[in-house]
Amino acid sequence: MRTILHSDLNNFYASVECVYEPRLKKVPMAVCGDPEARHGIVLAKNMLAKAAGIQTGEAIWQAKQKCPGLVVMPPSYGRYQRFSRMMKEIYANYTFRIEPFGLDECWLDVTGHRMSGPEIADELRRRAREELGLTLSVGVSFNKIFAKLGSDMKKPDATTVITPQNYRQLVWPLPAADLLFVGPATRRRLLKRNLRTIGDIARCDPNEMRAALGKNGEMLWIFANGLDRTPVMEADESVPVKSVGNSTTTPRDIADEQDAHMVLMLLSESVAERLREQGLMGRVVSLGVRDCDLSSFGVQRKLPTATALASEICSCAMELLRAHCHWEKPIRSLGVSVSDLEFADGDAQLTMFPDAGRERRYDLENTVGDIRRRFGHYAIQRACLIGCREFGAINPRDDHTIHPVGWKNG
Amino acid sequence: MHRAYVRVLVDVDETGKVCPLRIYWEDGRSFSVDRLLDTRRAASTKVGGQGVRYTCRVRSREVYLFEDEGRWFVEAKDAPGEI
Repeated sequence: MRTILHSDLNNFYASVECVYEPRLKKVPMAVCGDPEARHGIVLAKNMLAKAAGIQTGEAIWQAKQKCPGLVVMPPSYGRYQRFSRMMKEIYANYTFRIEPFGLDECWLDVTGHRMSGPEIADELRRRAREELGLTLSVGVSFNKIFAKLGSDMKKPDATTVITPQNYRQLVWPLPAADLLFVGPATRRRLLKRNLRTIGDIARCDPNEMRAALGKNGEMLWIFANGLDRTPVMEADESVPVKSVGNSTTTPRDIADEQDAHMVLMLLSESVAERLREQGLMGRVVSLGVRDCDLSSFGVQRKLPTATALASEICSCAMELLRAHCHWEKPIRSLGVSVSDLEFADGDAQLTMFPDAGRERRYDLENTVGDIRRRFGHYAIQRACLIGCREFGAINPRDDHTIHPVGWKNG
Repeated sequence: MHRAYVRVLVDVDETGKVCPLRIYWEDGRSFSVDRLLDTRRAASTKVGGQGVRYTCRVRSREVYLFEDEGRWFVEAKDAPGEI
């Protein structure tokens, strides 16, 4: 039998803020996005804010209505990333099979370790407390699904063990919505069949589940009965965000540099906007080119300083194109991506002579991004695109949003 | 108590091991580290902050000296100049 741990850092963002400002533990506090940029929602909250009924995802003004004394902190993503990495270093002392689920959650497969699952869980909690100043909730079980349910049962700073002997008592009374992948739509469909708890699903006929919900129904039945065999991915198999990129196949072939410049500008704008949204900047710009015979090549270049500016990304991509593309055949599709990422608020290397022009370009591009968010993508356009309907109509950002690889496919 | 950031003289050996030698207080006084007793990653429960914690013997007392992303701090009493 496997021993799987699911470890969850409690109120992660808020707890990291409390590590640096212990007085924040004594007042209701929430980490919120920037209201100026209209990202003003609650990202995380401490125990006192939770007790006041504040929920993740609600607007700051709503939260302040519930709790007028709420202290609002801006997020420090670089710091959260660092704490997440340090926690993973601690996990790596016990197993190399570590599968992250966001910054604050991980599954660990500790099968065969000389210590028992609960012993490791307790030691992890002690080390998180002492070394990082954070608390963990850990679920210990024989599959990933029950381990995750376990880590949700007791919070903060607790270990919950779900065994083949006790899962019927612990897991089956839980509402069906607590299972991974049961969202509002699935919940409604389950309710129609009077399936309210995980136990209801487990006791149901698997064929009936399949008939009701297709393949997902069968999967939920397997989850509910503790029969999930999904492996914990190894640390180096997991894929953190390494690059942000966009590519497009244009409505007509790209025949010359002027056309290519327009498309690269569109792609660079989309990439830059997504980088800035995630608080990232990157140092390596890559260009992918495919001609009308579908033969393709990719080239990349390292920039002297990390950037999230469309103008810089575009001019670098353009230089790469000039250096490597000989226009033997028209181009059918182009792609731009930025890698070697770092957090914009974190360890960005300072230049000796700050470039005021560059700061103004950031302001300009942020403003364009704001206008587009408020009034739509086409509310503001580069002058170079106005004369060209075919290319001007491309909106790489909204046309193809590539979602992260789902857990089901993992 | 509060987190007091300080200037520190450190020795780094050829393996990259760091050993603090002297702590410079903001009022100009400095204290030599007589012995390094322990090095581990830790959070400061008293003043907040987290990093590599060096337990140093300074004038026959144990002092926690933290290094957090290149900056160093001590857990200082609120009366200025006291460790």
